[in-house]
Parts: sequence; structure tokens; C-alpha cells
Amino acid sequence: MAIPSRDDVSIVPRPFVVRDRVVETGDTVSLDLVPVGGGPVPEFAPGQFNMLSPFGAGEVAISISGSDEERGSWTHTVRSAGKVTDRLTRLPPGATLGVRGPYGVGWPLASARDHDLLIVAGGLGLPPLRPAIRRILAHRTEYGRVEIVYGARTPSDLVFSSEIQRWRLRDDLRFQTTVDAAGRDWYGDVGLVTARIPDARFDPARTQVWACGPEIMMKAVAQAAIARGVPPAAIYLSMERNMKCAVGWCGHCQFGPEFVCRDGPVLPYPALAPWLAVREV
Amino acid sequence: MSAARSSRPHALAPSSHPFLRDFDPPFLHGLAPASQERTFAADEYLLRDGGEADGFYLLLHGKVALEIATPERPRLTIQTLGPGEVLGWSWLLPSHRWHLDARAVKETRAIVLEAAALRHAIDAHPRDGVRFLTALLPIIGQRLANTRIQLLDIHRG
Repeated sequence: MAIPSRDDVSIVPRPFVVRDRVVETGDTVSLDLVPVGGGPVPEFAPGQFNMLSPFGAGEVAISISGSDEERGSWTHTVRSAGKVTDRLTRLPPGATLGVRGPYGVGWPLASARDHDLLIVAGGLGLPPLRPAIRRILAHRTEYGRVEIVYGARTPSDLVFSSEIQRWRLRDDLRFQTTVDAAGRDWYGDVGLVTARIPDARFDPARTQVWACGPEIMMKAVAQAAIARGVPPAAIYLSMERNMKCAVGWCGHCQFGPEFVCRDGPVLPYPALAPWLAVREV
Repeated sequence: MSAARSSRPHALAPSSHPFLRDFDPPFLHGLAPASQERTFAADEYLLRDGGEADGFYLLLHGKVALEIATPERPRLTIQTLGPGEVLGWSWLLPSHRWHLDARAVKETRAIVLEAAALRHAIDAHPRDGVRFLTALLPIIGQRLANTRIQLLDIHRG
């Protein structure tokens, strides 16, 4: 991706308004955003992110977790984890905020055609994957077997519960959920997402693995997939770094030779592996 | 060993369970008199914290929750196990006591090998014993690695 010039309008936030706000968990909401004055939202590639700025609080990179092209809206799923995200999660319908983007490189949907897919999400790693999963399901015959493993801290931390329920009922994918700990009222799996990989159904030689979540989880997923015979080059991870400019100017998100905002956030594992083992990168 | 809803002798074979796949049939035949196929009803406990670790469980069907109970908080499930997985290695360690509870989340079927017979077989047939421990150790190691990651509480915001 070319680096924009300093007078490029793509780095200027546009005013958007919160059309709808859905409470996902105790600290996480999904915000449905439309441009002030209406009109379409730019096309985006699943896995890309926007920079959201609740006025007066700062700016933060949030992946696009959905869109409604007919109604011209983007959805962003935000967990309250700091000053800016806390302000975002408190925005009511009708509130205005700044949005710029979409930025970055998304999931390799085109090269995944005719392949099996193992998609692994941890915690808020599911929102950046949801648009890709929706695209795959909309063009289901173009892909092989689809296995999705979603891990969260507890059952009450699972997002998109109604959509997950619909995915579970489909017979053309397998969706497994696991949590780190649960009470007796949970009948699902408990344990790490990686524990579900040994019996996942895919042809390792014709599989892509996509993972998004905490870095240590993604590293374990990559190692488990490689142990099953998946070529490292067929593994893609969505990295999270402290992004500021989002266009490759400032270097805040640099990870080894990669700028996560510009070259990622979705990057092939071989480009990341040497740096995942380095402290303080 | 805990009471099960039903139990019957099981003729052990490499095909009985993925864990047994690489063992020589004579070794397994020697263990056959000490093996039973048992069915546990939903919510029935396979083993209890502090109880005698007297069996090695090879899960065939169903789901088992490994639970920790402490007086100050509700019972917590820290891991679930399913078909093809194994449960329990405290019978290898000198105190021979379980260190957690294992509850059937739904009806669960397992091959249960008597611990005393298994320890004897491992001692009497060192080559098979090493093979047994070599098969078990990666499972223990993987669960330890997973537990370390769980301890990091990686999904907390």
C-alpha cells in the first residue's frame, strides 16, 4: 500500500453518527455507525480497521466487525479497556464521532478459495473475523471445509451470541466454542482453543489457518496447525499494535520490518514468526 | 473407583482408543482383566479430589468436566475432556490421590484401567512401561502448557 501524502484526505476523520448500540457483554458493545448526512460507506476488506475518535478523548484503531451496504453503515465492536475505548462504549445512539479509514490489509479471501479453512478467534478476536466469515458463508461453495474455534474468558464474555447460534445450526461448517473457566451451568467446552485443533477436520495440505486474538494464543495456534501439517505460509495472524497514524508514517505499530497498520494487520506467519519470539518488539 | 451406572469387561486392543494405538497387543491383553468399560450418567462424578487414584480413564463418548471446588467460591470447571482423550495420572504418583473432581457433563462412556494392575504391568514390562509413559508425558506436558496460558488470563481486556 502506498504511503499517503500529508495532504491526503484519507487521513482526515469524517463525522459519523451512532445509529445503533448493541450491548454484547458487560464491557463490550457493538456500534452501528453511519456518515453524518447519509450516503454510502466506503467498501472495506474483511480484516481492515478504522480509526475512531470520540471527540475530546483521543483516537483508537478498531476493526470493522460488520457492515450493511444497503443501509450504508459500519459496525465496530469495542471493549472498554482504556480512556478512548471507555468513551466509545458509552456513546449513545445519536452521538457523533470521527471516523477515518478503512486501513490495512485484510484476510486473504481470494487465495483461500478451494481451500479448507481453520479460523481461530480468541476473545475480541472474533469481531475482525466476522466480516470474513460472513463473506465465506455468502459464497460457501467456493471454499472447502470450514472449522471455526472461538475461545473466551468465560461464557458471559462471548460476543455475537445470536449469530453464533445460527452458525452452529449450519451443516456446512463446524463452530466450536470454548472458555477458560465456567460454572456448572455451562455445558460447552472448557480449555484453550488450541485443544480443539488436533481433532479439527481439514486437509493440512489444502488448508489456510486464520487466527486473531491474544498474541500468545495465536502463536500456540500456529504451532498446533504446523504440528498438524499445515504449511507455515498458509497461516495468517491478525496483529494488534498501538496504532497512531494508521498509514505507515509514525512507526508506533512497527513489528520487526512490518508496519502493522499498513502491511497488516493480517500478516502471514513466516513474516511474524522470527519476531514473535523477541521480547519488547 | 467410583460407582458407575453400568460397567462391563472390555477386551483391550490398539483400536479401542487412540491412546492405545501404538501398544503391542500382548501388553494390552495382559491388562484386559483389569479393564472395564463403564458408563457414567450426567452429573455423576468419575473421581473426587482426595479420593484414591485407582484408575486410568480412556474416554470413548461424552464429556467430562475437571472441576476445582473451594469453600469461598462456586465450583469452577477448568477443563473439559471428550472422546479420544485420557483422564487421570495421579495413580502414577506415590500418594495415589486425585487432586481434582471429574464430573460427567452428559452421559459418558470410558475404558477404566485399574491403577494397581497398570503399575504392575509398567514395572513388569519396562519396554512397554516406557512406551506407556512416553505416550502419556506429551499429554501431561500439553495440558501443563495450556494451563500456563490460562493462568495468564489472556482474554481479560
